Amino acid sequence: MKTKLLATASICAALTVPFGTVMADEDANLIIDGEIEITVRAPAPDHLENLDEIFSGWVYRATETQALQADDFENPGMIFVDSGHDLWNTVEGEAGESCASCHGDAEEMAGVAATYPKWNDATEEVRTISMQINACRTEQMGAEEWNLDKSELLNMTALLASVSRGMPVNVAIDGPAQATWEMGRDLYYTRTGQLDLSCANCHEDNYGNNIRADHLSQGQINGFPTYRLKNARLNGVHSRFRGCVRDTRAETYSVGSPEFVALELYVMSRGNGLSIEGPSVRN
Amino acid sequence: MADNVTPRVRVPRDATAGETITIKTLISHPMESGQRKDGDGNTIPRSIINRFTCEFNGEMVIDVTLEPAISTNPFVEFEAVVPESGSFVFTWYDDDGDVYTETKEIAVS
Repeated sequence: MKTKLLATASICAALTVPFGTVMADEDANLIIDGEIEITVRAPAPDHLENLDEIFSGWVYRATETQALQADDFENPGMIFVDSGHDLWNTVEGEAGESCASCHGDAEEMAGVAATYPKWNDATEEVRTISMQINACRTEQMGAEEWNLDKSELLNMTALLASVSRGMPVNVAIDGPAQATWEMGRDLYYTRTGQLDLSCANCHEDNYGNNIRADHLSQGQINGFPTYRLKNARLNGVHSRFRGCVRDTRAETYSVGSPEFVALELYVMSRGNGLSIEGPSVRN
Repeated sequence: MADNVTPRVRVPRDATAGETITIKTLISHPMESGQRKDGDGNTIPRSIINRFTCEFNGEMVIDVTLEPAISTNPFVEFEAVVPESGSFVFTWYDDDGDVYTETKEIAVS
């Protein structure tokens, strides 16, 4: 049903050229620096019953915003990746170690970001990549935790995402992670707030349509952490969830809460097959 | 004192004589406007890059005055005609007196 509606809309856009040109170029492809090919459209993963195809949020942005991400020099998010590199090599904590002393070059971590959130056997919980970084800091380095979704941790997650760019998102949703994944799915379809909206009402039923002056995306999180032009800095997944839930006029869960960890796992799994893009550039 | 100020420049490695090349520059800087107040109501002092220049073999290519309304991490892109091989010297002047420079060589054939 949804795809039919969309197909009709795209034919109309093609016929009415002046209208089509002000919209985002929804057929464009993303290649970063002429080297890294990013999959921005993919067949929906099997667990997604209501969608046939999944799209990166990049597809829905204006041509100028899309272009920023195709060149690492123009991508403002890469400044934070550079800071992440500095942090990677900084010795901190009682053990006198840096990230690099165990892991080597940051490039060795290619592919890691594509598998998080991920089940951790030792603590019997699903961990986001931010939680894993903090666990490394407290347990291996003897250093203090970084604040969730704040500068250092965002710079580090941006670094880890950047070395995995082009690799397909592939989070495990079965086995021990299944209960958490199901909790995330329930949250995704639960209506909240005075506006009585679930994630799905916007990002599944109405992606591609306008919400006021902006295009709704599918709400994929393969591009996080995201550099947003509106606040000129990196934004974490949980902060973005907070923004969305707040906009339904609900009391939000907090950053790092079990609810948002579950939601992050579920939403990430909706993007299984898209490429890791972080740091992406969005409105 | 602004922290983590890093200049970045992209200049083509080579060009033909008389060719117009595109130069992109970016400096990470908070560009605090001096108009904002902190949580206690005190004005946050202005701290911006107020001037940016580019010289080629000692000749001024571009000299820009930057104002407080310019956003954080200012990005400047411009074109230049290169008559001969030489070096571009880029200079950023900070309100606090710091000067950041970056040099890029270009080979002209």
